[in-house]
Order: sequence, then structure tokens, then C-alpha cells
Amino acid sequence: MAAKSIISRPVYGTLSPQPGKHHLFVADAEGALAISDLAAKAPSGFFADAHIIFIPGHDGKHVAALEALKPAQFYQGPTFASALPRLKQTLANAHMGLRLYLAGTEGLIGQAMQVALEAGIDHTSIQTEHRGSLARRIQCVHCKGITENVTTQPATCSHCGLLLLVRDHYSRRLAAFQGVCINAEDRSEIPPTEEIFR
Amino acid sequence: MGITFRKETFRDDFTFKNSPEHIRRFPFPFHEDSYMYAVNIEPHVLGPKGSVLENLIDVDEHYVAEMQDRALVLAEDPLRCQSLPHMTLAGWDLLELLMEQQALGYPEHFTLTRNGDRWRWTNRPLGIDDTFTFGDVSTLPYGPMEYITRQSQGDFCILDQRDGNLWMDAGMVTTQADWSLDFDIGMNFFEWHAPVPLAHEKGIFVRALKFLTNIQQGKPARRLNWTMTINPRLDTSPENYHKWGPDRATVTPENVGDKVHLRVELQSFWRLPRSNGIVFPIRCYLIKMDELVTQPKWARRLHRVIRDLPEELANYKGLTRYRATLVEWLSKLDDGSPTSAGFGPD
Repeated sequence: MAAKSIISRPVYGTLSPQPGKHHLFVADAEGALAISDLAAKAPSGFFADAHIIFIPGHDGKHVAALEALKPAQFYQGPTFASALPRLKQTLANAHMGLRLYLAGTEGLIGQAMQVALEAGIDHTSIQTEHRGSLARRIQCVHCKGITENVTTQPATCSHCGLLLLVRDHYSRRLAAFQGVCINAEDRSEIPPTEEIFR
Repeated sequence: MGITFRKETFRDDFTFKNSPEHIRRFPFPFHEDSYMYAVNIEPHVLGPKGSVLENLIDVDEHYVAEMQDRALVLAEDPLRCQSLPHMTLAGWDLLELLMEQQALGYPEHFTLTRNGDRWRWTNRPLGIDDTFTFGDVSTLPYGPMEYITRQSQGDFCILDQRDGNLWMDAGMVTTQADWSLDFDIGMNFFEWHAPVPLAHEKGIFVRALKFLTNIQQGKPARRLNWTMTINPRLDTSPENYHKWGPDRATVTPENVGDKVHLRVELQSFWRLPRSNGIVFPIRCYLIKMDELVTQPKWARRLHRVIRDLPEELANYKGLTRYRATLVEWLSKLDDGSPTSAGFGPD
């Protein structure tokens, strides 16, 4: 679980079955375990109206467990970017009664939520559960480039190379934490780098 | 007689300064010898002649130079002006408000002529004379918010009101004290204030939101906020922090008076009639220490405020690197005698 922080930092809950006609799950890696835990609480036949979009990550784990839930549709993709067209089309064609569940890393939850917001879904109606890595997706406030999977404080911008303080300030619209140059006032000051978002 | 607009810069050679009349009208933000956050909101009503409250939308001697600086910022970084798609109507509301107020307060410089939806806007200081159809975006060279805020001093945030909250859904932000519109756009009142220390715990934002969501048309409100800036730089954006940040390391006992500026924001809050949004102009006033201390009361009081500021606040306002140098310099102008009540100079 992420530590308590400032108000703009997202707060995640625990997935639970919601009343609805269709259930769309987007998860990566250990997010699959959140879906399995939800399944244990779900009424029978719940997954007959479910669509699971899953990005297993390198180790390829958890695929069999999700398939065993027998969702109406199951998709496994190599990256979030590869799943994006499918997710967008599903949301564009969605009707009233679709419920959205996001589980896994913050980067996955944030990016899937970003797409959902663009499709007009209110963020408070979305179920989220954080599982796995605390790695952050950050936007460099200076060059606007996004750096994925940041685990250190400070972190180097993968676009412009500035050394960034990774803030807790978070934008749902950008699906990113803010990175601000940590030594802007004196570039010769190089604070030690610690791995804190694991 | 009108305003004599100064030719000056807010970057590079930094030729900005205040005339003696403008020093006296500076909105000094401390009514006592110490400072802590408070919900210091009051009705935005007209103040004394010769003050920054002589008109509800203030135009001053820096108008033309500030608009030139804004144009430079926007050419470099168009993301400083953004409006989410549902905010166009609020943009027209703002255009009407600013044209009406500027024409009312400064008829020698601005004229608004309305013939039904056909409007003619004459802005003599900037050499603009446009006729357009109110409500028809295709008749203006920019969207309505961008068009009028390229001609109005201060930053402007337009807030949408829904679900009992205010949402930062449009803005023109080129003179900000270190916050990013591009990052914060779309956030609600609590989210965009999230990084501010101490104030959440004091319940400041809960009370402020309650007040703001109840603002009525024709009854605007205001508050003052402040920080300090090295050199008279308007664009102290986080986007450019790696460019202006090094300035903070250049303060010495010899150059405090010229380099260190008190930066005061006159923030006002107005209900917009058609969109039911709130517009939040953030008007920035700069004054260098040499100018400020020409008023002995302000010198004494500022010394005490900066000296006694809680460290968390000093850090948040970015004063840490030069605070000691500034306090030492100001201490020589503080004989310890009492200061009179209120903001104004003696």
C-alpha cells in the first residue's frame, strides 16, 4: 500500500463486485490477484458478463487463473500501449450499466483511468486496487516528457536529462506524478539517489 | 489624462520599476507584524482613489509591457493558455466582464460599443480595434478567453462549479508563482492546492471552498497572497524553474535592494452569469526592496514578517537560500519602533 500523502495523490481501494450489466477489468501483473480475490466474493455467473484486459508482464504469471474465471472475453497483451485500441473501442461502445475495475501498478491504473475519463466516465465510479510495484509514471514539468517506471528519488528525466524531484502531486488527466528539477538553483548540488518506489 | 505606460522588461535586462505614485499604491499585504495563513477573503468593493482598488479590474503603468511579456511567454509555450472543451461559454463571460470593467474604469484607453450581438472593442494602448459577434468564436483571432486575457493584466483561472466543488478547467497563466496550469488543469479545488503546506490541516481550503461556491453574481470577493521573486521576473513558472532558479543564488548584501522583490497577488473571485463558473484573476504586483523601504513602516514590518516566518512557509515560498541575507539587510531599517495598524504607509 502507498503511504498517506497529499490530497491530489490517488487513493486506491479493494475491488468488489458492483451491480451492473457488464464488467470491464483492466489489470497488469499482480493486479490479477485482485481480480481473483473479487471472484471469491462475486455472485455466480458474474464473469459471464465480464471482459478482462490483462497485461501479464515479463513472467507471464496469472494468465491461467484469470482464464479459469471464464470471462465472456479475455485479452492478453504485451504492453498497455498494445491494449489501448481495444480498451478505447470497448469504452466507446459501452452502454449504461458498464462497470470498470482497474488493478495493478499505479501506471496501469492511471493510464486506464485517463482513457476512461476521456470516454466520459466519472473517476469516482471506477473501482481501483493497487497491487505490485510502486514505480511511478512522471511528467517532467520542464520538457513535458513522460518517464515510465521511476523507482528512485530523485530521478533523471529520460527526455531532457534534468534531475527531477518526484512529487506526490498527481494529475489524473496526465496519469502522472509531477517531476520538478531538484537542483535548479545550483546545478552542482547533486543529492543522493535512493530507490524508494519499488 | 490617461496612464503613461512604461517601456520596460521583465526578463533579460530587467528594466521594470515603479514610479513614485505606484510605490505608494502598492498593495502591501501585511496588516500586522507577522504572517500566517488565514481565510482572508473580503468583498471586492471599490477602494480609495489612487489605490489599486480604485477600479475592480486595475490597469496600471505596466500594462503594455506586461502584455508584451505575455505574448513572448505564449510564443515559447502555448500550453500556458488552455481551456477544456466545455469552458468556451465561460470564456465569453470573461471577455464581457473584462471589456466592461476596463472600458468603465479607463474610458480614455478602452471603448466597448455593443449593437446587439455585434460588438466593437477598441484597445488604444495595444492598438487594437476589432468588431466581432459575441458568442461566435470564428469572428475572433483567438478563443474568447485567450483573446481578452492577452489584453488584461494578471493570470486568469476559470473554475467550473459542479458536485459541490470547483474545477480548474481553463486558464491563462503566464505570471504564476511556481504552479503549472498544464499540470493542474482539470483538478478540483483540493487537488490543485494539495502541495500547499499547513493550510489543509487548518481547514483553510474547506472554508474557502464553501465561501467561493456561494459567490453571487455582482458580488465579487478578493484576497491577497504574497511571495518573493529575485529580479522583476513575471514568468516564474515551474516550466522554466531550471532557467530562473539560479537567480536565487545571486543575492548578496550589496544587491538585495535591487534584486529582491516582494510579489503580491491580488486575487479576486467573480461569478460568471451564463456559465455559472467562477473566474479567478490573479493580479501580480512587484516591488523591489529599494522601492519598498522608501516607506519606513513597510520596511520595519517586512523585516519582522520575514524574520519570524515559519520555516515550512519560507521553504514553500522559496526564500530559504537568501532569507538570512534579506533579514540582515532589512534589520538595519528596523529601529524596533511600533508600526501603525493597517496595510498602508504612514
